[in-house]
Amino acid sequence: MGRKRMIAMLLAGGEGKRLGVLTKDLAKPAVHFGGKYRIIDFTLSNCAHSGIDTVGVLTQYQPLVLNTYLGIGSPWGLDRRDGGMAILPPYVKQKGGMWYKGTANAIYQNMGFIDRFDPDYVLVISGDHIYKMDYELMLQQHEQTGADVTIACIEVGWKEASRFGIMQVDDDGRVTSFEEKPKVPTSNLASMGVYIFSWHVLQQYLIRDEANRLSGNDFGKDVIPAMLQDGVKLNSYTFNGYWKDVGTIESLWESNMDLLAEKPPLDLNDHEWRIYSVNPNRPAHYIASGTEVINSLITEGCVVEGLVKQSVLFYGVQAGIDSRIEESVIMPGVKIGKGVSIYRSIIGEGAIIADGVTIGSPNRGAVTVIGSDEYVATNQSLQEVEQP
Amino acid sequence: MNSNIIGVINLIHESDELESLTAGRCLATVPFGARYRLIDFTLSSMVNSGITKVAVFAHTKYRSLMDHLGSGKHWDLHHRQSGLFMLPPITDDVNEVRRGDLFHFYQHRDYFERSSVEYVVITRSHMICNIDFDPIAEEHKASGADITVVCKEQRDLLDGNARKVLIDGSGRITAMQDHYGRMDSDIVSMEMYIMRKELLLELVETSLAQGQDHLVRHAIMSRVDTLHIQSHMYEGYLGIVNTVSSYYQNSMQLLCPNVWRSLFFEPGPIYTKVKDEPPARYADGAKTSNSLIANGCIIEGTVVNSILFRGVHVRRGAVVRNSIVMQNGIIGENSSVDHVILDKDVTIERSRDLRGGASSPFLAIKRKVI
Repeated sequence: MGRKRMIAMLLAGGEGKRLGVLTKDLAKPAVHFGGKYRIIDFTLSNCAHSGIDTVGVLTQYQPLVLNTYLGIGSPWGLDRRDGGMAILPPYVKQKGGMWYKGTANAIYQNMGFIDRFDPDYVLVISGDHIYKMDYELMLQQHEQTGADVTIACIEVGWKEASRFGIMQVDDDGRVTSFEEKPKVPTSNLASMGVYIFSWHVLQQYLIRDEANRLSGNDFGKDVIPAMLQDGVKLNSYTFNGYWKDVGTIESLWESNMDLLAEKPPLDLNDHEWRIYSVNPNRPAHYIASGTEVINSLITEGCVVEGLVKQSVLFYGVQAGIDSRIEESVIMPGVKIGKGVSIYRSIIGEGAIIADGVTIGSPNRGAVTVIGSDEYVATNQSLQEVEQP
Repeated sequence: MNSNIIGVINLIHESDELESLTAGRCLATVPFGARYRLIDFTLSSMVNSGITKVAVFAHTKYRSLMDHLGSGKHWDLHHRQSGLFMLPPITDDVNEVRRGDLFHFYQHRDYFERSSVEYVVITRSHMICNIDFDPIAEEHKASGADITVVCKEQRDLLDGNARKVLIDGSGRITAMQDHYGRMDSDIVSMEMYIMRKELLLELVETSLAQGQDHLVRHAIMSRVDTLHIQSHMYEGYLGIVNTVSSYYQNSMQLLCPNVWRSLFFEPGPIYTKVKDEPPARYADGAKTSNSLIANGCIIEGTVVNSILFRGVHVRRGAVVRNSIVMQNGIIGENSSVDHVILDKDVTIERSRDLRGGASSPFLAIKRKVI
């Protein structure tokens, strides 16, 4: 097994509780995004474009769909003889086994996998963010500055800041404080959950963290603060592109809508940085006469006989005559009947919407969600209005 | 399943009448249906029928064919137990390249002899259909016929050329005539033949010994009386694509949702080489009607009754009508095209007006800038 300069460990076990019915049978990284992708495609494509050929994918909750999807990694060029993709679920050892307790514990349990490649650096990333990032540039900075740890960060809105690991940095970019999901954020500089560790440093801390019974075994809550306290050299790497944590219904919907901007902040048509995915095998989509499609993304395999505006249609969606889809995300294989109206909604994979139903309502804040394979025969907007 | 059948896609002397569309590529790789190549239909049909070994007899201009088929991965033909075999002509003599299919089958007889399978299904690439060979093979075995030919009853061939046959009351083929003959029959041969491998090898050797080297024209047609040649009537959609006009008309047929559904989904899906194109993007001023659009397209203008392949960009104010635009075509601002076929990578600059006729669409060669 050849030595590797850097390998990636991709945390893909996210339960995605806040995505509700969309993650009922699905790990968060496997949630559909952007008309033909799944969330994890973005980080895997980043690895492919950054020249990383060895990726350990740590899975835990609802791994069936995710594992099937990942296969041997060929869509992302990760079907390699030396390295490539390895799916790493928790397993039972001689002295008993356990679930991954936290992000750091997940890496701890797979130290054997990492050691096989004897890497200089380990990139730790999560499979639930939408962004295009060249990790090689971050690694170059890590090497130039001689840091032990480099944490990618981005400025987020103050309102959102308490959802993230919030850090403060000095003029040289060195991290001076780090607080995971603070109730009262002291800055709006958020950790993107993208870390480069020098492997010998990380290894020591993983062993130490595991021995500490009080630790939650989490990078943001335990390992990073412990390193900070010890004076380990933690540097920040500022990222200026588009980055979105799609962990909530609102942010998932918003991030899909962002793709529809006149100049989208994340360009899917960029030939230099294609997002790779398992390509569903469907014919070109059909747009019938007497309808309108504007400001939308439509994927192969759709049959569109109704109006589609400001929406994202995944592969194999059927939209019947006189239907109207606005500001919505329609997941794969959804069947929409005749005279249906859908506003500001996310419709889960394989759902069937009966003729004449109205879902959601225009000009209203909340996003309506219909779960996968649901059959909807009554107006969902009315039900919601009745709720307190 | 059909591990007892090998598929042979015979591209030797395929017609070459698609003008500039076949100038640099063989008929088998002419782009069709917004994201496919002609060969995808017969290849997918074979794979969906459970045939796991397929030989493609390439003949001329096969660079695009090699590029498209690769290892056969996209058709699931790259496994230890299965395979795609590309068999280009074996000969040092340029004149021999021009010889008939039997000669080339003979040159590759090792391929047939090495395999233990009993049956072969031989097809060409220009018969656009979605067909399950499994029941036909069963029917063939049960009938005791020497050869089963897949046929279709169809009066209007939309300007495609096909061989016609006559059958008797039991479905046995009693006469067969080349496409330029005057035979009065509504039954066309889909150029799909199922027979024992041994019979094929026998036909190859006896015909070559008699100085004849074409499978159908010589070996089969001259034995209509001595061999039992049975017809099987295919009921699904058939497009015979071997002229520019038939190419255009059959493409436009895809805009009927029934044809779209049956050709692309029934009985199985059609596979092709995968491309990582994002979903098609419709801008604010986009207007689209009765059209087939592949991934990667950006539509800012108007598209009516048309077929856009992957990555086509219709800029603001541009109008595309009754047209076929292949991969990465660009229709410049305020330009309009009507009844045109644009090969791959054609750019129409801004404010151009390009018109063809319904019976003779304007055809632009690959990479042309207009």
